[in-house]
Amino acid sequence: MPPAVVLVTGVSRWLGGALAAELAADPAIERVIGVDTVPPSPAMLRRLGRTEFVRADIRNPLIGKVIAAASVDTVVHMNISSTPAGSGGRVPMKELNVIGTMQLLAACQRAPSVRRFVLKSTSAVYGASSRDPAVFTESMQARQVPWGGFAKDSVDIEGYVRSFARRRPDVDVAVLRFTNFIGPRIDSLLTGFLRMPLVPTALGYDARVQLLHEDDALAVLTRATTGSFAGTVNVGGEGTLLLSQAIRRLGRVEVPLPTPALGSVGRLSRRFGFVDYSPEQMRFLNFGRVVDTARLRTRFGYTPRYTTEAALADYARTVAPVIDPLTVRSVTGGLSSLLTRVGDTASAVERRLRPTPPPPGLRAVRDA
Amino acid sequence: MPEARVIPLRPDDDEPFAPVSPPAWDDQVAGGLEFLQRRLTGEYETDEFGFDPDLADHVLLPILRPFFQKWFRVETFGLENVPADSGALVVANHSGTLPIDALMTTVALHDEHPAARRFRLLGADLVFDIPLVGAMARKLGATLACNEDAERLLTEGELVGVFPEGFKGIGKPFRDRYTLQRFGRGGFVSAALRTGKPIIPCAIVGAEEIYPMIGNAKTVARLFGLPYFPITPTFPLLGPLGLVPLPSKWLIAFGEPIETASYGPAAAEDPMLVFNLTDQVRETIQHSLYQLLLRRTSVFG
Repeated sequence: MPPAVVLVTGVSRWLGGALAAELAADPAIERVIGVDTVPPSPAMLRRLGRTEFVRADIRNPLIGKVIAAASVDTVVHMNISSTPAGSGGRVPMKELNVIGTMQLLAACQRAPSVRRFVLKSTSAVYGASSRDPAVFTESMQARQVPWGGFAKDSVDIEGYVRSFARRRPDVDVAVLRFTNFIGPRIDSLLTGFLRMPLVPTALGYDARVQLLHEDDALAVLTRATTGSFAGTVNVGGEGTLLLSQAIRRLGRVEVPLPTPALGSVGRLSRRFGFVDYSPEQMRFLNFGRVVDTARLRTRFGYTPRYTTEAALADYARTVAPVIDPLTVRSVTGGLSSLLTRVGDTASAVERRLRPTPPPPGLRAVRDA
Repeated sequence: MPEARVIPLRPDDDEPFAPVSPPAWDDQVAGGLEFLQRRLTGEYETDEFGFDPDLADHVLLPILRPFFQKWFRVETFGLENVPADSGALVVANHSGTLPIDALMTTVALHDEHPAARRFRLLGADLVFDIPLVGAMARKLGATLACNEDAERLLTEGELVGVFPEGFKGIGKPFRDRYTLQRFGRGGFVSAALRTGKPIIPCAIVGAEEIYPMIGNAKTVARLFGLPYFPITPTFPLLGPLGLVPLPSKWLIAFGEPIETASYGPAAAEDPMLVFNLTDQVRETIQHSLYQLLLRRTSVFG
């Protein structure tokens, strides 16, 4: 049964807005309510269509009134900030993430109309360390529980959502653990990181990266909202790349720095609001993380259209390479044709100087 | 006149005689250029464990090959016991202070096995903590020694290598050479049982003598967070020169596979069976170590 009234939090960001627009385009859904603390951009507002925008802070009990008044039956919680830069510092970020989720869940628990709760979570809950298994399935837990930042918030949020599910067993809860988003339109941690012409990385480490294209992320969220899946599922594209490989494919220049130096670069860039190099993010850049997506394909019933490689290639269309692969190809091609000529000359000279030895004569028959 | 009968002179070699020559220098340079282009543009494949076959084939294995062929003069036996295209768990003894034995077995299975098998090693978490070493280990095909990874690799039909003695084996004093230490907790047996893949016992002779460990500086080891800090006749006395391994003669023997599929995956929950199989593997390796030692005429011969 499709939902009648959907509430989407974090609608002013690209993915939240895209989901609300997608739901608003579905005539089976009666009402779509978008909530965020900041109003969406004019371009986003046009896309949102018949979505009703409510400017509200989910940290405020007002959200309960919205849910009760509209008798919302499906809540999609996407208002989880991954960078302190976007929410004005680490303290407001944690407040928005954790306290906001608690308030939202409290409101949902009181509302008898709520039947479905979808959480946009992250595979960062698995942590990142040298003791990790190569591939995480949904039943595995972090070997080293993340102790700070976005990952810690996400672990806490999942914990609160689990206790909400216990208290309201009639509500179907879907927890979607996304890998890193990438794509031409989305603004994620990794896109900001890879857009820099010189990409500083940790010397002596190479992370395994699994990506998810923005279109697949949107499709999975839509399916989770309108479908009937309940439980936890990893969402990621097929295949992996090494971080160094991804940087090379984008034509960026990798600058490996010793870990202590990388820390100060991180603090500097955070101060200027460029890219977030939080300690937790750095652990990810050292070790990487890969999740098993068998459950996504079988139980959830969705196969991402883009593999990790294809998603990166689609993103690469929008960033101009610093080292153009075509230049590399023409240089190596030129060198190899030069080489062939030199080689031909050399062998011609060799033939002139030293004629090829005649083929060896008959050898003795073994069992004669 | 009856027709003359043609008697083939060389009945057993049909293909024309062609001397095997190393590839010409210009082909080598052209191959190098192609490799460089792939590396610069990132157009190569890696897997979810971080294995980079392109780098392994063109850089890492060529570095190891002279050690395998010239320095240690490795001889291999029983390669027919290693399946050509299905998963199996190779269990070997561990020795030599640094895990050179794992690297040489990788070369042996790639260069000498007819199917050029990739050897997927399981390493301790310490390996993946060390910068450069950890990244290179993953690129060579290694991953963390845990049941999840071992089972995933075995299910995918990979040839997985494990050294159940761990640090107890590799960091044991020289006087204990060729004596197998305790075999962990039998985690490798349960991984094989759960996936129904055979266990291939593997004995490596020669690695014990490359860095004869005559002492262990425990305080220094604790300072660096290492399980042991070796003192050999040349290290740390001669500094970096002490890192050159002694050129001992190596023999690597792969034994007959021990079948696990007949027990069924539920058998992994039977500790007694797991213990018995662990002991069986351990005794087989110990036995074949003694046999190989008898076969080897001298340590450096």
